[in-house]
Amino acid sequence: MMNKLIFGRFIPGDSVIHHMDPRAKLLLSFYFIGIIFIANNWPTYVLLFVFTLLAIKLSGVKWSFFINGVKPLIWLILFTVILQVLFSASGGHVYFHWGIITISQLGLINGVYIFCRFVLIIFMSTLLTLTTPPLELSDAIEYILMPLKVVHFPVYEVALMLSIALRFVPTLMDETEKIMNAQRARGVDFGEGNIFQQMRAVVPLLIPLFVSSFNRAEDLATAMEARGYQGGEGRSKFRILKWQARDTWATLAFAVLTAALIFLRA
Amino acid sequence: MAIDFKQVDFTYQPGTPFATQALTDINVTIPDGSYTALIGHTGSGKSTLLQHLNALLKPTAGTVTIGDRVITPETSNKDLKALRRHVGIVFQFPESQLFEETVEKDIAFGPQNFGVSEADALKTAAEMLDLVGLDRDLLQRSPFDLSGGQMRRVAIAGVLAMAPQVLVLDEPTAGLDPQGRLDMMEMFANLRYERHLTVVLVTHQMDDVANYADNVIVMDHGKVVKTGTPQDIFKDPDWLVAHHLGLPKTTAFAQQLMARGIQFDQMPLTEDQLAQALVQQLPVQQLGGATDDE
Repeated sequence: MMNKLIFGRFIPGDSVIHHMDPRAKLLLSFYFIGIIFIANNWPTYVLLFVFTLLAIKLSGVKWSFFINGVKPLIWLILFTVILQVLFSASGGHVYFHWGIITISQLGLINGVYIFCRFVLIIFMSTLLTLTTPPLELSDAIEYILMPLKVVHFPVYEVALMLSIALRFVPTLMDETEKIMNAQRARGVDFGEGNIFQQMRAVVPLLIPLFVSSFNRAEDLATAMEARGYQGGEGRSKFRILKWQARDTWATLAFAVLTAALIFLRA
Repeated sequence: MAIDFKQVDFTYQPGTPFATQALTDINVTIPDGSYTALIGHTGSGKSTLLQHLNALLKPTAGTVTIGDRVITPETSNKDLKALRRHVGIVFQFPESQLFEETVEKDIAFGPQNFGVSEADALKTAAEMLDLVGLDRDLLQRSPFDLSGGQMRRVAIAGVLAMAPQVLVLDEPTAGLDPQGRLDMMEMFANLRYERHLTVVLVTHQMDDVANYADNVIVMDHGKVVKTGTPQDIFKDPDWLVAHHLGLPKTTAFAQQLMARGIQFDQMPLTEDQLAQALVQQLPVQQLGGATDDE
């Protein structure tokens, strides 16, 4: 069921992209999503695609993962594209006109651009999550949030919660699956009947899940205290993030890309 | 109710990059009324096989025949309920499946799902509590107030309340103290005769296999590598080690005795069998002979 989702998974690997600093990867991914909006004509989109496909190639992850990453979102993408095509302001040659629906040259082009943007954003974010272990991501987020300490934002606590949450996502998924099976064996039909029957069927799943989460939290808190945890202040770090030459090169590549985009932009 | 596997394959997440084959060409029969032990190294596919026993998972190839229902890869998920009533599964750490306000309601939950009236289900709940050895005072308590061992018993009572013909147990004694473990295994053995159950036990406790089972299925890397009586399985210690399995304590001890020259007609599996075999071999004259030496 849920395990069909590729988006947000990590695939261990041994490529340049895998070994990049997670901070660089995270920031550059966000930056990439920002600069997608600079593109506004064919050469710029082609450039962005070439850049993305090159990055994917470098990561050594199979293409099928990325195609599968787009699949669950395809209806959302098509919905947006179709709305754009049908309802955008007329411009250029008008092919079809009926009431408020207009299919124009500009609308079609815009539709294709939006499709490209979606695919680019999904490819890049899938690349980020496929090549970065969740714990590294949470380290990166902790580092990036550090400046907020000035305004008394609880960075350590948020980072700790984030890494614990990430660690327990798969455990909770397994637990859900297990309890679901146990209740199915006791005659519960999940996902059958009308909406009220379906909601009732969730109770025997949700209550045990909450109860086990409470128990787990209690055990974990005890175990952490027993190992001397007293809060985030003054702790040292085991995983130390290192900015390396490859991260500088990646940043430079993005700078060149930005310059090229601005140059090619219509 | 017999359960029959024919050329069963099972793959998790087929057609995705994460596809993993968990079962390969399983051909095995669990005879009606047998006490079958399913053993194997961690990750050998025992739990996957177990979930085929009441069609929680459907084979990706081959057929599973449960009683007179045939489950194929094409079987629809509808109307499997009747089947699940007949095959009760007690999953590992079943206490995590409790959710109702009272013990009584939780035990009655299963039967009610299968169409038993509330009054009847509550009556059964009280009987089940006796059966698993708990006090009826607990009926109105919240299941979350109970101790771990009591919760486990309530969960098992909830499965037994459905009156299954096949009882599948996935490491039912994991994490229990020795007395609780013994009580529980005895309870299952008694239930089997009282209710004419077919019992399937997944376990890492070779002693339980030797003491209770009459049919053993050994799995390794998603395949069935051996089936037979406990005698067949435990007579070859080297083969067991090769498949990451151990011997029952009694048999291991008998092996040590054999290394020092004692012969057994048949490999002893239980303490009783070992004691019997040893008593028969004691030279009678030596008992009386002790005084002659003086």
